[in-house]
Amino acid sequence: MAIITLFLLIILSAIALIPFVRVQWKGIITVATVIAIAILSSVVAFHTLAGKSFEYVFQGSLVTGKIPVRIDALSGWFILIINFTFITGAFYGLQYMKAYRSQKSNLSLHCINYILVQSSLIAICSLQNAIVFLVAWELMALSSFMLIIFEHYKRTTLHAGINFLIQSHISILFLTLGFIWVAMRMNSYDFKAITLFSTTNSLGSGVALFLCFFIGFAIKAGFVPFHTWLPYAHPASPSHISGVMSGVIIKIGIYGILRMLIVIQSDYLIIGYIILFISIISGIYGVMLAIIQHDLKRLLAYHSIENIGIIGIGISIGCIGIGRGNHFLTVLGFAGALLHTLNHSLFKSLLFYGAGNVYQSTHTMDIEKLGGLVKRMPQTAFLFLIAALAICGLPPFNGFVSEFLIYNGMFAGLHGSDKALLSFIVFALFGLALIGGLAMLCFTKAFGTVFLGTGRHHLEHTPAEAEMGKLIPMYAVFMLIMAIGLLPKTFVIALSQPLSLFTHLTANNIPEGILSLTGTMSMIGLCSAIFLSLAGLIFLVRKRITSNQPKTVNVTWGCGYIVPTGKMQYTASSFIRAYRKLAEPLFSIHKIKKEIKGVFPKTGERETHPYDKAEEWFIDYPLLRLKKFFNRFTFLQNGNLQFYILYGMVFILLVLAIPFLFDYINSLIKFLNQV
Amino acid sequence: MISFILIIVASIFFTGIIIRTKSITSGRKGPGILQPMKDIFRLFKKGAVYSKTTSFIFQIAPSIYFGSVIMAILVIPFGQYKGIISFDGDFVFFAYILGTGKFFSIISALDTGSSFEGMGASREALFSMFAEPAFFILMGSLALLTGHTSFQQIFASLHFGSYISYVLGVLATFVLVMVSLVENSRMPFDDPKTHLELTMVHEVMILDNSGFDLGMILYATNLKFAMYGALIANLFMGSFPLYLTIPIFFGIQVLYAISVGILESFMARFRMNHNAQYILALSSVSLLIFLGVLLVLGQFS
Repeated sequence: MAIITLFLLIILSAIALIPFVRVQWKGIITVATVIAIAILSSVVAFHTLAGKSFEYVFQGSLVTGKIPVRIDALSGWFILIINFTFITGAFYGLQYMKAYRSQKSNLSLHCINYILVQSSLIAICSLQNAIVFLVAWELMALSSFMLIIFEHYKRTTLHAGINFLIQSHISILFLTLGFIWVAMRMNSYDFKAITLFSTTNSLGSGVALFLCFFIGFAIKAGFVPFHTWLPYAHPASPSHISGVMSGVIIKIGIYGILRMLIVIQSDYLIIGYIILFISIISGIYGVMLAIIQHDLKRLLAYHSIENIGIIGIGISIGCIGIGRGNHFLTVLGFAGALLHTLNHSLFKSLLFYGAGNVYQSTHTMDIEKLGGLVKRMPQTAFLFLIAALAICGLPPFNGFVSEFLIYNGMFAGLHGSDKALLSFIVFALFGLALIGGLAMLCFTKAFGTVFLGTGRHHLEHTPAEAEMGKLIPMYAVFMLIMAIGLLPKTFVIALSQPLSLFTHLTANNIPEGILSLTGTMSMIGLCSAIFLSLAGLIFLVRKRITSNQPKTVNVTWGCGYIVPTGKMQYTASSFIRAYRKLAEPLFSIHKIKKEIKGVFPKTGERETHPYDKAEEWFIDYPLLRLKKFFNRFTFLQNGNLQFYILYGMVFILLVLAIPFLFDYINSLIKFLNQV
Repeated sequence: MISFILIIVASIFFTGIIIRTKSITSGRKGPGILQPMKDIFRLFKKGAVYSKTTSFIFQIAPSIYFGSVIMAILVIPFGQYKGIISFDGDFVFFAYILGTGKFFSIISALDTGSSFEGMGASREALFSMFAEPAFFILMGSLALLTGHTSFQQIFASLHFGSYISYVLGVLATFVLVMVSLVENSRMPFDDPKTHLELTMVHEVMILDNSGFDLGMILYATNLKFAMYGALIANLFMGSFPLYLTIPIFFGIQVLYAISVGILESFMARFRMNHNAQYILALSSVSLLIFLGVLLVLGQFS
């Protein structure tokens, strides 16, 4: 109780303080508040990971009923993830926002909303009363909307923000529907009522309830086809916000799905199949579109969709495990999903911070215009490279550990399954392997064109390395990435409490297979360490041997041509051209072409603008139809005040008359019946 | 341990045999089978030329690439004998550690800022990406067939009983050979002896590497060949005793090298823009294996 009071007190006092202090102090107060909130909530979260759970019931009001605050291990895990990324984001933002110091009131709003998002996310993880949960969810949606539209004077930013706002509310609509359904039947807003609902009603209604929640949370998490807000919102917001949003805000959708899996006891096998199908589509579709993007931040945004897909594959394997009563499968699936949630929050925020460094020193995010930054910004390039390797799931970094768990889950799931499940798993194997390869194509493109080679475009200022204020939080993320890569065992053991929520196993009756998992994990850590030292050793040997050999520096081999220029380099578009040609039928790419013709040719042009086919089908087309439909009623809006007053009159008349009329007809029918 | 030593031994003469086969089929005498290794040793002693466009990526990439291949070899078992590293799901590690090496070789090609090398890098990234699913579905099918999830356990308990499983063995060999040809950038996917940069894949990526780095990259190619040869040999070793498996191992390595040589002598390279589709089609062969495994397990009865 004391903790909750202190928690609210800190938030309120910070919000009250920020607008009135000097602009230099706004950021510092925000960072301090974020850290204070983080420490308070992390203390509780660490306790839950050690096996305790925390419960406090507020009396609440007549409307809400009792408000239980329950923090179990699942909440604890997500609270820790949220806090880490919010702290690094706050430190990064402190330096990043120095460029915007002239916009004082805008900055105050930004700082306040940053704190509000963090606290509302923590609240979402701990509140278990439907109404209060929805209030916290709404608070989170609104304050993240405010964070996105920081640069609201840009038209595209505002457009992205409003897109986000609308889709967030569609998400809330589905959640509200789900909660109302439960409340109608069970007459309680407590999450325990949902469990009761699913156990007392038929399996079908449990699945339907889950799907209702799933759609709501999937919009937040960015599963295909509910992802369309994501590629707009990420590039529009400042880089630390993109990092935090991609790292943790969309993960609250994953939290919601996991929470619903715990509280809804239903047919896990069918739920697993549905999630598996959607996740594989999300994973492949996300990365396929990521490859063809020209905007670095948009590319990263599409990668979030891919990674949400990978997390979803983990979740679905876990569900199938529960459905089949196979604890090993459950543990592998959920462990992979939970660990990948952490991992993705790390490398994705690092990538966005790196993109932020690039943006602030070159003032463009267009991949085609960048190049050769590794020499100007070696530290940013190094950190970006590590994050890129990690997101491709390559050892010795953290992404590999979680993908390995999911792979292992699939291979374990093969054993003793029936045809349907087997085909699903093989489909998933195909998908995950393809996602890995596509991610590699994408990040070799992104890293290669942005940082390597020579500049492709004349930049106004010579790019310079980012300030230490930005690099230090990035190094902090880097350290955690390496720690997970090299010591995966520790993190998997830390997951044992959240996992026991799904398996309901206690420490005494854990099957043999799960125990051997920690051995495998330490082997992976060992292999990663061996690989790093092996590569280092080879490099040292090479250095030793080549130190007294002659070395010359010359131009790049140009097939005999000796004055290579930046324009001769392979561009990002040409790097992926073969791929684009192959996958073209699945995309909708708008091309503008001006061919080179004639004896004395003038300039030629060629532009490609990748667009999202899912958006075309699921958003644009229905919207167009709706618009057409509503356009038929434009005659009502004729700008004539007299008419509008008439509408009002007609409305009031109808409201009054209809009940009368209804009663009258009713009595008439009764009378006729009697006759 | 034993597999590691034997793969190193096989790697010494592997490319030599390929080159010798090619020269015999084309009616030349050809160099001795140790010539490629001699070339590599000469490269180790040479100085190097670096492009001024390159950065530290170009310096570290060959070492990491070489390290990744060594790491992958450590995982390969020898029949019933474990590799130096063995754990559940080690073939995932095998595929992904090779991926790490490939990532570095691709970005080191992009580091030179050359259009040729960018072209090669683009193709390498695309082709190897499509080869990945085939490998994973193959391993998944074998894991399903044997009920184990590590290289050594799979290979030790893999025994051919029925007619279908012989077919499976042949198909698995086919997939592994094809995957290895993609990974090593050989015919019919890539022509290592082509004279035009525009038609190369792997060779064009290392245009700017020289001296020790080039030596390492070339030797890594030999190692990769012997590594895939060892994987194929593992399909047939089962739990035979050592005095049988070592001759089987070398027999298969030599046979594999000769068939690569013959393939390269009598076959033209595929059209570059259809390569990707062809490689993706390998996954369907893997799927065939998967269906075969289902047949063996009686899932259809």
